[in-house]
Amino acid sequence: MNNLVKTFENRRSLKSKFKIARTKSKITSSKIDVPKGLYEKCPTCKETVNMKNTVDNKFICKNCGEHFRVRAIDRLKITVDSGTFVEKGHGYITLNPLFQDGYEEKISDYKAKTNLDEAYIYGYAEINGVPTVIGIMDSYFLMGSMGSVVGEKVTKSFEYAMYKKLPIIIFTASGGARMQEGIFSLMQMAKTSQGVLRHSKMGLLYISVLTNPTTGGVTASFATLGDIILAEPNALVGFAGPRVIEQTINQKLPEGFQRSEFLEKKGFIDKVVNRNDLKDTLSKLLILHRRIR
Amino acid sequence: MNILDKERKVRELESKIDELGNKEITSKLKLEIDNYKQESMINLTSWDRVLLARHQLRPTSKEFINYLCDDFIELRGDRLFRDDKSIIGGIGTINGNVVTIIAQQKGKSLDENLERNFAMPHPEGYRKALRLMKQAEKFRRPIITLIDTPGAYPGLEAEERGQGEAIARNLLEMSNFTVPTIAVIIGEGGSGGALALGVTNKVIMLENAIYSILSPEGYATILWKDASLASKAAEVMKLTSYDLEEFGIIDRIVKEPLGGAHFDKTLTFKNTKKAILEELYSLRKLTGEELRESRMDKYREFGFFQRFNYDNL
Repeated sequence: MNNLVKTFENRRSLKSKFKIARTKSKITSSKIDVPKGLYEKCPTCKETVNMKNTVDNKFICKNCGEHFRVRAIDRLKITVDSGTFVEKGHGYITLNPLFQDGYEEKISDYKAKTNLDEAYIYGYAEINGVPTVIGIMDSYFLMGSMGSVVGEKVTKSFEYAMYKKLPIIIFTASGGARMQEGIFSLMQMAKTSQGVLRHSKMGLLYISVLTNPTTGGVTASFATLGDIILAEPNALVGFAGPRVIEQTINQKLPEGFQRSEFLEKKGFIDKVVNRNDLKDTLSKLLILHRRIR
Repeated sequence: MNILDKERKVRELESKIDELGNKEITSKLKLEIDNYKQESMINLTSWDRVLLARHQLRPTSKEFINYLCDDFIELRGDRLFRDDKSIIGGIGTINGNVVTIIAQQKGKSLDENLERNFAMPHPEGYRKALRLMKQAEKFRRPIITLIDTPGAYPGLEAEERGQGEAIARNLLEMSNFTVPTIAVIIGEGGSGGALALGVTNKVIMLENAIYSILSPEGYATILWKDASLASKAAEVMKLTSYDLEEFGIIDRIVKEPLGGAHFDKTLTFKNTKKAILEELYSLRKLTGEELRESRMDKYREFGFFQRFNYDNL
């Protein structure tokens, strides 16, 4: 297996001389995003950790192994080969179909803060030299909620993968459907599921990687429809939020409920993968599913 | 004064008339009550429609099926875990057309509601629905779903058994059917729990039914941190049949009698049956492949956004 990985890596280095011909996306050239303070408290082990070391360590707490939430841009940096990402489908404008107060301002705020046009980016990329389409949700953009634009872009990313006859990997991180867009957000659940269906009918691979948090309408649509479902350790994955469940059943939830290890035990996730091994796992899976022409 | 207060007033007056017994006065008063109904119940606010959709006397799925079907055989169980009582399904005939009917069933009394879990299905309910729909696909029967749920059940066991996966699988498989599918929203259409039976060729909606991403109470809690603003949320959310028809989310509205479906159930059933049959006959003309493609194309178009900077795809 490792030989295969190596051959693909070699192929990439051969290719690299043509790199200039590729259009360089705005996203890959922007700087890695280090949190404000130099030292910060880890929310799980309450230990102060050096943020710079944590960033070098793929946003994993060195002390307790907690996987921090990662911005879409940083996720790209730690997942795909540098310089290979070409962003597609940039330039959607979120509108305000229900005329909600303050929704447009909120969106433009987040746009400025995150440097993204919506909570989802997708494009062409290579992982250890294996070409694939990659889609990443950003939970820092309005909790990564799925509105019309996110739904459209997710569907478009499946269509792009169909057009290129490539597998697709989606990193999900979302609080669910976007309330401000009402019924339109709900319809995105059906739309994205149909994107999965059409892509799957061409015999192509779809790997979904569930990261913290994946809940609501995203869990109930494309996130759980992957051919292979991976998850990061200790990620919150579920349909209803923990608070809603507690209110419904009127009792405290058990420890580790709705976490990825729990779901793996219940049989809804193929494998919980540490972030350090994620890249190699993905490239191995892609190689195993490569199309022999 | 909301619709329930008005209804109470009408009922009060009606009961008083019966006590009077004098024919001349009663007929006169009845006319006046009708006038009052005409005046006050013709323009309903969104919140009024929410209240009507949740009304205790509103006809449930079973009553609809009783009227729609000449005969109906209920089929139970998802073959995996257990039978979920909040979803009923089976085979029936409507004017000689053999169809599979899947419906979310609310209870009439508290006991029945507890048994039916207030029409909030568990994953096994959706898996039962999927099993019956796949059966319908095999035997080339059209599928009719009746939607009436506050939402999928947000409980501990539901999560353990994969509520999200069950709904997602339904969305995917319902898109793939090659038989005519029709959804009728008869009461509440609450979020993913409703959509999991609602990815169909045609979506019919009763006039006073609602269809939304979550309950107005939940919406007010999430966005304004105050559940008592639900009536305001209902206005904002655009969840009534007329709003949704304007958006193109639903295809057809079925008229209800003045004051809600429960004032004249037979008329409601009659209108619903007519609408279902008309849509069914128009869908029958299409081939299986056309049905699937038109359904997928319909849902592909949903969304409200703008796009500039077209790249190669």
